[in-house]
Amino acid sequence: MNRKYKIALVAVLILGFLLSAVLYLHTTNIAVLNPKGPIAEKERNLLLFALALSLVVVIPVFSLTFVFAWRYRETSTKAKYSPDLDGNRIAEVIWWGIPTIIIGILSVVAWNASHTLDPYRSIASVNKQMTIQVIAMDWKWLFIYPKQNIATVNYVQFPDNTPIDFEITSDAPMNSFWIPQLGGQIYSMPGMSTNLNLLAYGDGNYRGSSANISGTGFAGMDFAAVSTSQASFNQWVQSVKQSPSKLTQSEYNKLDQPSQYNPPSYYSSPLQNLYYAVLLKYMGPIGSMGTTSPTNSMQMSGGYMQ
Amino acid sequence: MSIIFAKILGKFTLSSLYNGPITTGAAVSMVLIVFGLVGYLFYTKRWKWLYREWLTTVDPKKIGVMYILVALIMLIRAGVDALMLRAQQATSVGSSHGFLSSNSFQQIFSAHGTIMIFFVAMGLMFGLINLVVPLQIGARDVAFPRLNATSFWLFCAGMVIVNLSLVIGQFSAAGWLAYPPLSELQYSPGVGVDYWIWSLQIAGIGSLLAGINFTVTILKMRCKGMSLMKMPMFCWSVLGSMALVIFAFPILTATLTLLYLDRMMGTHFFTASGGGNIMMYVNLIWAWGHPEVYILILPAFGVWSEVVATFSRKRLFGYNSMVYAIWAIVLLSFSVWLHHFFTMGAGADVNGFFGIMTMVIAIPTGVKIFNWLFTMYRGKIHFATPMYWFLGFLVTFTIGGVAGVLMGIPPVDFQLHNSLFLVAHFHTMIIGGVVFGYFAGITYWFPKIFGFKLNERLGRYAFWCWVVGYTLAFVPLYILGLMGATRRVDHYSSLLGWQPLFVVAGIGASIIALGVATQVLQFTVSIIQRKKNLDTTGDPWNGRTLEWSTTSPAPVYNYAILPEVSDRDPFWAMKHNKDAALTNTPHYQDISVPKNTPMGLFIAGFGFLLCFALVWHIFLLGIVGLLGLIFSVIYFLSEDDTDAIIPAAEVKKIETAAAFERAYA
Repeated sequence: MNRKYKIALVAVLILGFLLSAVLYLHTTNIAVLNPKGPIAEKERNLLLFALALSLVVVIPVFSLTFVFAWRYRETSTKAKYSPDLDGNRIAEVIWWGIPTIIIGILSVVAWNASHTLDPYRSIASVNKQMTIQVIAMDWKWLFIYPKQNIATVNYVQFPDNTPIDFEITSDAPMNSFWIPQLGGQIYSMPGMSTNLNLLAYGDGNYRGSSANISGTGFAGMDFAAVSTSQASFNQWVQSVKQSPSKLTQSEYNKLDQPSQYNPPSYYSSPLQNLYYAVLLKYMGPIGSMGTTSPTNSMQMSGGYMQ
Repeated sequence: MSIIFAKILGKFTLSSLYNGPITTGAAVSMVLIVFGLVGYLFYTKRWKWLYREWLTTVDPKKIGVMYILVALIMLIRAGVDALMLRAQQATSVGSSHGFLSSNSFQQIFSAHGTIMIFFVAMGLMFGLINLVVPLQIGARDVAFPRLNATSFWLFCAGMVIVNLSLVIGQFSAAGWLAYPPLSELQYSPGVGVDYWIWSLQIAGIGSLLAGINFTVTILKMRCKGMSLMKMPMFCWSVLGSMALVIFAFPILTATLTLLYLDRMMGTHFFTASGGGNIMMYVNLIWAWGHPEVYILILPAFGVWSEVVATFSRKRLFGYNSMVYAIWAIVLLSFSVWLHHFFTMGAGADVNGFFGIMTMVIAIPTGVKIFNWLFTMYRGKIHFATPMYWFLGFLVTFTIGGVAGVLMGIPPVDFQLHNSLFLVAHFHTMIIGGVVFGYFAGITYWFPKIFGFKLNERLGRYAFWCWVVGYTLAFVPLYILGLMGATRRVDHYSSLLGWQPLFVVAGIGASIIALGVATQVLQFTVSIIQRKKNLDTTGDPWNGRTLEWSTTSPAPVYNYAILPEVSDRDPFWAMKHNKDAALTNTPHYQDISVPKNTPMGLFIAGFGFLLCFALVWHIFLLGIVGLLGLIFSVIYFLSEDDTDAIIPAAEVKKIETAAAFERAYA
């Protein structure tokens, strides 16, 4: 086979590979680039903006690399050779200056975005905010709806276009609560309470997971995050309220045992103030679960992180 | 009776020896290799030679070679780990759960990360520093040669502890940084985390001592005329890196001690309850961990500065800028640690501050890249293997840097943190920056240490395997991260459609493995055909700095006559000005070199026993280790007669022989 055919063959192979890659990516959900809520959307736009700005440096670096490597190769007869050239003030000012300007712009953007996209910040909306409490356990997620008086495992449903304030803690090692299509993650830590404010634009079923290693069953901590219309949500709440399994203390103790790949399950009337009791379990001396009043613990946890 | 057993055996039971077929198989093959080596040494009666020439040596060149040898063996060990991780993730989807249990998988990635950072990257780095720094500054030795040997043996002790966990007991399953409370006794009751703690503890102390040693060496032992601003750029970057070692490693030592106290004594520094604070640990470990990244990359930057100037046959562009950039990086690297956990839930002001500091560090790094590029400008570039690695580095490192800047923006990081995007980012930096850099350095300085060049053709093949393999292995991970794939999962749903990318990543990892195999072949072939690639001039690359002015391989005393310099590229200047130093008849004098000592080996040996006892809670062995350690340190410090003299006549003989070889080769 002569050289021409070899090159053509390699080119065809690479082209075919790239084509199948494009086809594949077209049919797969790239969650972070395919946002379904305002937070994830702003985070994606920020990512693309920063990427575009970086190209101002990347493109010159790549082109100069190849141009210089080719032009000043040893065998080239045309290129100039200046062995003692070891600096140029103007040139150096340019490459201290331009990156500084780019990073300056990015810094302002990053500072503002840190504030506007602060996970603790409530999302402005015509609809009233709803609170869902989240407890990471070995190895599943427990969701408690304090107003609706229901609880679920590895499944969370909420009305669309409604700001959701997730209050997050852990009754297990540290995990990280992440629903990529709705917004970035936040750690769930024992004895500490974090908040994540999210909103979903429309109806949909999004994948959530734990992003931080928490032991053997960590890979199985996927959950479904489902947004529906307010009416369907209300209907769903009513159906869960009919659930015969109640989240009593003994039921919670059972849940507290390590288990893996738990299918969704639904509970009516969870223990009152369960979330704060779990939080307090780690804040006082060992074994003091439920001895302090919830209002106290709320102040403590709120004051702790903020 | 049982109390006595507990004192002798600690937590050890027979079941500690069996951990499932795969782990045990690996353990058995490792033990067989060690036995094979020991048997070979007996068979060839090489023990005495090994002891005299290597185990007790204090020559930094030999210590450097041993560092690199250990690091390359560990590269293979942790590389096999990587292949297993890739194989598991490529097959464990849907109803299939792969060939590894979750726990084995987690032990493997913990070991992979720990070994790659502490025993591969650090080993390659200290190896090259040992080989090159004394030669480059025109010194005969390091400031504290016996301490230098001790550092190496402590590093080895840590390496042995990590690998021992494969044979006896098990390794940590809590990731390479062992975040509590997962790494606390409540959630990790076995010996795994203790193995991790003591392996890093002993190796870390070795690194700290080496850091002090090389700082003093560079500051106090430069030859006449070499002011700081005439130092080769490699030495500058080593100085920056060692400054970071001195400030960062004590934090690691303290943090590991606190974690061990939690596990051993029931204290509550980092426990979830009892007043402990898990995020205190995370802050502390990254206060060491982020500078650690720069500890690894700075000397690699130094290698690039030497390589690009030498092979472009041109002075380094923007020397002063390069120095300022190094020190800007050194200072800034202590102000960015929080970007490893923006998702902790700290306030927007805190996140904003650390985000900005993170991006600011990209400025000096970018400046360095442009200076390297313009070193090529109007040069005469000779494309030897190190130059291939350099071009590969420029491309990969820039991509990794952009990924880093993206993650420096806190809200973007919320979406990328702990995903495979992050994994791809730091592998890009560490493979493309650190590993490529040290490979280039090894190829570049190899003839100075061994007297012959490495095979260029095989070197280029290895390079292409690494670059292609790297691309196939990590580009899919960037995409997977954007798809929401988190790191460290041993299983995922088939509905997500991730499998094809994991398969491609696995193919990429295999191509990297092929690259490593090619490198092993390269070393073997080069040694067999060394006559073909002999370096008789001492200057195989048309070098610029001092080390190329002495013979290859460099004699034990480095320089028969201590050099004196007046230029930044002294050897280049000498060659082009026909400097007096080259032509004068030399007047040799007696040279004092440090005597070999086994004390480093003893200190590390007893240290190893102590650490092993602390892992298994073996009281009696612990006492033996501790007392042995104390006495060997006292003996080490009180030894007086530590130097030997090489008489002037002997020096003359060695030098004349070398000159003869140079003339008639």
